[in-house]
Amino acid sequence: MASPANTLSWRQTQLWVRANLFSSITNSIVTLVLFYIVARLVYGFIDWAIIKAVWTAPNMRACMAASGGEGACWAFIREKWRFILFGRYPFDEQWRSALTAIILFLLTGLSFIPRFWRRELVYVWVVGVTLSVLLMFGGVFGLPFVATDLWSGLPLTLILSLFSMIFAFPLAVLLALGRRSDLPAIKMLSVVMIEFMRGVPLIAMLYMASLMLPLFLPPDVTVDKTLRALVGLTLFLAAYQAEDVRAGLQALPQGQIEAADSLGLGYWRKMRFVVLPQAITIVIPPLVSNLIGTFKNTTLVSIISLFDLLETAKQSLIDPNWRGLTSEAYLFISVIYFAVCFSMSRYSQWLENRLARGRKK
Amino acid sequence: MAIAERSRPTGSLWNNPTARSIAWQVLTILAVVGIAGYFVHNSIVNLQRQSIATGFSFLDREAGFDIGESLIPFGPTNSYARAFLVGVLNTCEVAVLGIMFSTILGTLLGIARLSPNWLLSRLALIYVEIIRNIPLLLQLLLIYSVLNVAAPPPRSAWALLPGVFLSNRGLVIPFPSSEGSNFAIFLGLLVGIAAAIGIGLWGRRRQAVTGRHLPIFWVAIALVLGVPFLTWLASGASVQVSVPVLQGFNFTGGASLSPELTALLSGLVFYTSSYICEIVRGGILAVSHGQTEAAAALGLKRSQILRLIILPQALRIIIPPLTSQYLNLTKNSTLAVAIGFPDLVFVANTQMNQTGQAIEGMVIVMGTYLAISVTISIAMNIYNARIALKRR
Repeated sequence: MASPANTLSWRQTQLWVRANLFSSITNSIVTLVLFYIVARLVYGFIDWAIIKAVWTAPNMRACMAASGGEGACWAFIREKWRFILFGRYPFDEQWRSALTAIILFLLTGLSFIPRFWRRELVYVWVVGVTLSVLLMFGGVFGLPFVATDLWSGLPLTLILSLFSMIFAFPLAVLLALGRRSDLPAIKMLSVVMIEFMRGVPLIAMLYMASLMLPLFLPPDVTVDKTLRALVGLTLFLAAYQAEDVRAGLQALPQGQIEAADSLGLGYWRKMRFVVLPQAITIVIPPLVSNLIGTFKNTTLVSIISLFDLLETAKQSLIDPNWRGLTSEAYLFISVIYFAVCFSMSRYSQWLENRLARGRKK
Repeated sequence: MAIAERSRPTGSLWNNPTARSIAWQVLTILAVVGIAGYFVHNSIVNLQRQSIATGFSFLDREAGFDIGESLIPFGPTNSYARAFLVGVLNTCEVAVLGIMFSTILGTLLGIARLSPNWLLSRLALIYVEIIRNIPLLLQLLLIYSVLNVAAPPPRSAWALLPGVFLSNRGLVIPFPSSEGSNFAIFLGLLVGIAAAIGIGLWGRRRQAVTGRHLPIFWVAIALVLGVPFLTWLASGASVQVSVPVLQGFNFTGGASLSPELTALLSGLVFYTSSYICEIVRGGILAVSHGQTEAAAALGLKRSQILRLIILPQALRIIIPPLTSQYLNLTKNSTLAVAIGFPDLVFVANTQMNQTGQAIEGMVIVMGTYLAISVTISIAMNIYNARIALKRR
């Protein structure tokens, strides 16, 4: 009783270290070798990124002179962060683009809280999405019009990933129902569509959307570049979501369907009121992983020359005053991508546990 | 009229399930065919208007561009068909090497995640979390830029291991030279593998008959390693490995990987292995602990428990998600186009820019990827069926 907590915890620490780091000779060697490697890597990184880094400088040469070429040049990010985040969007209007990003982040964050999972959330989304589209386009309330080819940076990345998720979902539900259908022609069509889109790489879908969509439409119809990329992403995503929804449909006990049948519900009402609400609850965690994947996948639109966050980082390197600072630019956006994806994946794990607990009850 | 409506027999066409299902299907097919027809019609009109040729006749024409690296000889005077073949081979090269290395790295990481050593398992976890949450394309560009900008020229290359050098010209590694007794050693390896498989089959039958377990595993290892070693000894034990040596401004000898291939391959391997790690870990954890205890109670040794009890059951869980990771890797290899490695999409991109025939280029690309996807799925499905639980 009298023994101070301090000694106890010291003893505990000792025991813990022994059990987890030095439990055998091999283990001790592994620990020491790993510790050495990690210490060297971490020190090297800190040395480059903090100790020898240059935080203010007018251009790259001054940076290199100050650090002797051995430190990071964060002055570059100071100079270019606005371009990297908002890209070619008119400089004086960038607050609109920033506001859009904030609205979209808030909407997503709000939808992550199970307490808000109700009908009103849909209205909130409709309002939020309308607002962000209006903000981005402008042309109303005295805001100057901004064409989609100037949309860029983080807001574009968010718009592409969230909008493609939203548009893909109804398509995915139809495809999943089609794949589970008793009607052979519809089943076959759905299977072919799903497997085709899952079999080809995303970049091929994006090329197809950007090169072939204009060919498929009448000559006088032009679809803008951003919308084409969105179509490609949506179709691709729909196939993956369809497989998630199908897993949810399969997980549903047969009794539910039989019960709905015996109530005399027709196919669509059975799906609308009995099957889909339950199936979709089951697939929320995979859909969140899907959102993470989509957020990462939007980087591919830079290959078809859209100005997403990755492309603006690349473009910021073209400035002759700041050439060659690729590591700094890429690390900066890596941190953004990591923060978003990591928090979403943590959320997805938490949600999965929560839903699993709910089902066990 | 209302009465007539109501007294309609229930077997009428409107309420007949068969008739309704046929009607639905016919409507859907008509809609799909209609849309497809509309697209085809528009494309024909558009192509005529822009006077772009159609058909695959361009494949025989001279490509007129050079490809940086290729497994088969290629020059600007070769045909488009050959350019596409180069692209397909490069894609396959990346896919095969990537699958091999990411499986090895992923398995090691998965085991590390389960290690009792806290530092090791934490580091594996950190690796996985960092790699998984950053887009692959960004990682590829980062690696490529580090290779191009930060890596030293060959003169002061980083020696990663003895004989392995990393510089801004890419990666050079020692490689067995193809002349002399190496061919005999290679044959020896084949013989060793064949003998090991034979011994394995014999041992299994023997165990089924007598119940006695023979040390097949070690015999097989001895055969696979020993036969080539003996061949090497018999052929005079001379060293015929070509080691890279700095000569002038670059390395000679060994095998070299261009910066593009090095960046692409390492990016793909790092990324995919972080997924494979979690799959392997999940698979091993899914085998219930009772299995291990039961095996120990039967008197099996630790190595036997792992090989005979845990792995076969874990594999059953691991294989399906592993297959989709292999497919993902193959599809992700198309990101090569962003760093300039001449894979299939890169070649198709050049072709589409030169000839304007986007549809044909995309058909070739998509057809090839669908073929690869289907092949890998079939192969893995066969393997999966073989190791699946046999219900008796």
